[in-house]
Amino acid sequence: MSTVPPGLRAKRRRSALRTLGFLSPWLIGLCVFFLYPLVSTVYFSFMKYDGFTAPTWVGLKNWAYVFQDNPFFWPALRNTLWLVLVMVSLRVLFGLGIGLLITKIKTGAGVFRTLFYLPYLAPPVAATMAFVFLLNPGTGPTNTILEKVGLDPPQWFNDAAWSKPSLTILALWGIGDLMVIFMASLLDVPKEQYEAAELDGAGAWQRFRFVTLPSISPIVLFAVVTGVIATMQYYTEPLVAAKVASGVIGGSGQQFEPGYPEKSTLTVPQVVYNLGFQRFDTGAACVVALVLFALAMVFTAFLMRRRSGFMSAED
Amino acid sequence: MTRTTLAPLENPRVTAPGTAATEARRTARRRAALEWIGVHSLAIAASLFFLLPFVFVFLTAVMSDDQALTRDLWPNTWEWGNFADVWNTPGFLTWWRNTLLYAGLGTVLAVGSSLPVAYALAKFRFRGRNLMMMLVIAAMMLPPQVVIVPMYLFWARQMDLAGTLWPLIIPFAFGNAFTIFLLRQFLLTIPREYTEAARIDGCGELRTLLKVVVPMAKPGIAASALFHFFYCWNDYFGPQIYASENPAAWTLSYGLESFKGAHQTDWNLTMAATVLVMAPVIVVFFFAQKAFVEGVTLTGVKG
Repeated sequence: MSTVPPGLRAKRRRSALRTLGFLSPWLIGLCVFFLYPLVSTVYFSFMKYDGFTAPTWVGLKNWAYVFQDNPFFWPALRNTLWLVLVMVSLRVLFGLGIGLLITKIKTGAGVFRTLFYLPYLAPPVAATMAFVFLLNPGTGPTNTILEKVGLDPPQWFNDAAWSKPSLTILALWGIGDLMVIFMASLLDVPKEQYEAAELDGAGAWQRFRFVTLPSISPIVLFAVVTGVIATMQYYTEPLVAAKVASGVIGGSGQQFEPGYPEKSTLTVPQVVYNLGFQRFDTGAACVVALVLFALAMVFTAFLMRRRSGFMSAED
Repeated sequence: MTRTTLAPLENPRVTAPGTAATEARRTARRRAALEWIGVHSLAIAASLFFLLPFVFVFLTAVMSDDQALTRDLWPNTWEWGNFADVWNTPGFLTWWRNTLLYAGLGTVLAVGSSLPVAYALAKFRFRGRNLMMMLVIAAMMLPPQVVIVPMYLFWARQMDLAGTLWPLIIPFAFGNAFTIFLLRQFLLTIPREYTEAARIDGCGELRTLLKVVVPMAKPGIAASALFHFFYCWNDYFGPQIYASENPAAWTLSYGLESFKGAHQTDWNLTMAATVLVMAPVIVVFFFAQKAFVEGVTLTGVKG
C-alpha cells in the first residue's frame, strides 16, 4: 500500500467517501432497524421482562417455557409445516398452470391476464373478509350454490379440518404475482427448442418435460423458496380469518382465543404477537422471534446459494 | 369445417382431395381448433374462479339489510346507499386520511432514500458490495415479527410515539430493503455508457444520478413507488402494533376489521366497506398496469 502514489490515494479516499455517502441511509437503517433490534432480541430472550419493570436474567427459562409449556408454539409450528407443504406446492403448481394457460390463449389474452392478476392486488384484510363471507356456512354464496347442486358443503373457516384448506383457496385466488413471473419465464424459452423437439416427434407432455421444465426450473425453485419464506411471515390472513369467523369483535383490548378454530390457524408470527403484546412476556416472545429468524435465514441462505438465474448478488 | 373444404382451392396442386397431405393438413387444423376450444374453455373456467368472489362481494354490498341475512345471491333492490352509509361511518374518513399519510409519506421517503443506495449497488465498484447486497436480500426476507418486540419498546418507551403512525413512517427515511432491491434490478438494465459519458463530461455522481439516471429509470421508480404504496396500504401488522390502542391513528386495513366487529351481522355493509377498500387499488392498477407487471417480473427474473 505504501507504494501507491499520494494522488491516487486521495482519489481512492474520495471514491470510498462517495460510496459511503450514497450508502449512508441504508447503513444507518441497517444498524438501527435491523442489527440493534436483532441483538436486543437475543438479549431479551434470556431476560424476564414485562416491558415495565427492569429486566432480570433468567438464563434458559424462556427457552424451556416456549419449547415445553407454551400451548401455542408447537401447534403454530405444525401449522406452518402444513402450509409450507400444501399451500406452497399448490401455489407453485397452480401458478405454473395458469402461467402456461395464459401463454396458450390466442383470443383475449390481455383480458384474461388482467382478470387472473386482479385478486393479487386485493388488500389482504379485505380479501380475507371477503372469503370468510363467501365461505360462510350459514348464508355464504359458496355453500348456497354447493347445496343447490346437491353437495354436502363443509364448514370452511369454522372447522379445524377445513380452515387451512380455506386459507389455501384464498392464497390460490391471489396467484397473480406467480402467474406473471412464470409467464415471463415461459415466454423466454427459445422457440427453436420446441421446433426441434417437435421434429423429433415429442408430444405435448414430452415437450413440457424435456424443453419447458429444464428451462424454467430456476424460476420454479425461486417460487418455492420465496413461497416458504412468505409462509414464515404468514400473519394477516389467518388472524383476520380466525377473528371474523369466530365472531370476535375487532379492535384493541378484545380477548380472543388465538388460532380459532382449535388452534388450526395459528402461525409462528401470531405466537410472537400473543406472547409479546397480549401477555407482555417479552422474553418468551423474543425466543419465538429467534426461532422464526433461524427458519427464515436458512431458506434465505438457500436462496442466495443458488445464484444462477435469480436473486444474484452480482451483476 | 368450411375452412377445411376451402383449403384445396387455395393451392389445388399440393392439396388435391384424397392425398395424404390433405389428410395431414386437415388433422392439424382440427387439432388446432380443438386446442383453441380447450384452452379457451379452461381460461373461462379459471376466470370464474378469479372473478366470482368480486361479483358476490359486490352483489351482497348492494343488498338490503334484511336480504343480506338470507341465502339470496341476487339483490332484490339495489341499495346504492350502503356505500354512502359506510363512507359516513364515524372514523371511515380518518382511516382514509391515515392510510394516505402512511402510504404517501412512506413511499416518498422510501424511494428517496433507497435510490442512492440502489444506484451505488448497481453502478459503483467497491469492496464489500456483495456483502451489502446479501444484507439487503436478508433484510428483505426477514419477517417483521423477528425484531418487533425491541422495536416496539424503542418507539414506545424511548421515543414515546406509541399510538401514532410515525414508528412506521420514520424508518422508511433510511432505505427499504425491497425498494433498494427492485430499484437496483432496474438500474442494472441502464447501460454503463450513459453514466460513464456523464462522468467524462464532468458530472459528479449525484448529478449523474439526478440528471441522467433518474430520467431513464422513471418506469422503475414508478414501479417501486407503486409497490411500496400498496405495501403500506395493505399493511395490517404495523398499524396493529403501533396504532391499535388509538382509534384516531387506525388505517383502512386495521379499521376494516373492526368495522366488521361493529356490524356483526351486517354482511352487506361489511362487503360495501370491503369494496371501498379494494376499489382504489384496482383503479390505480388500470392506470399503471405496465409498471406493476414489470415490477413483478423483475423481482423474479434476473435483471
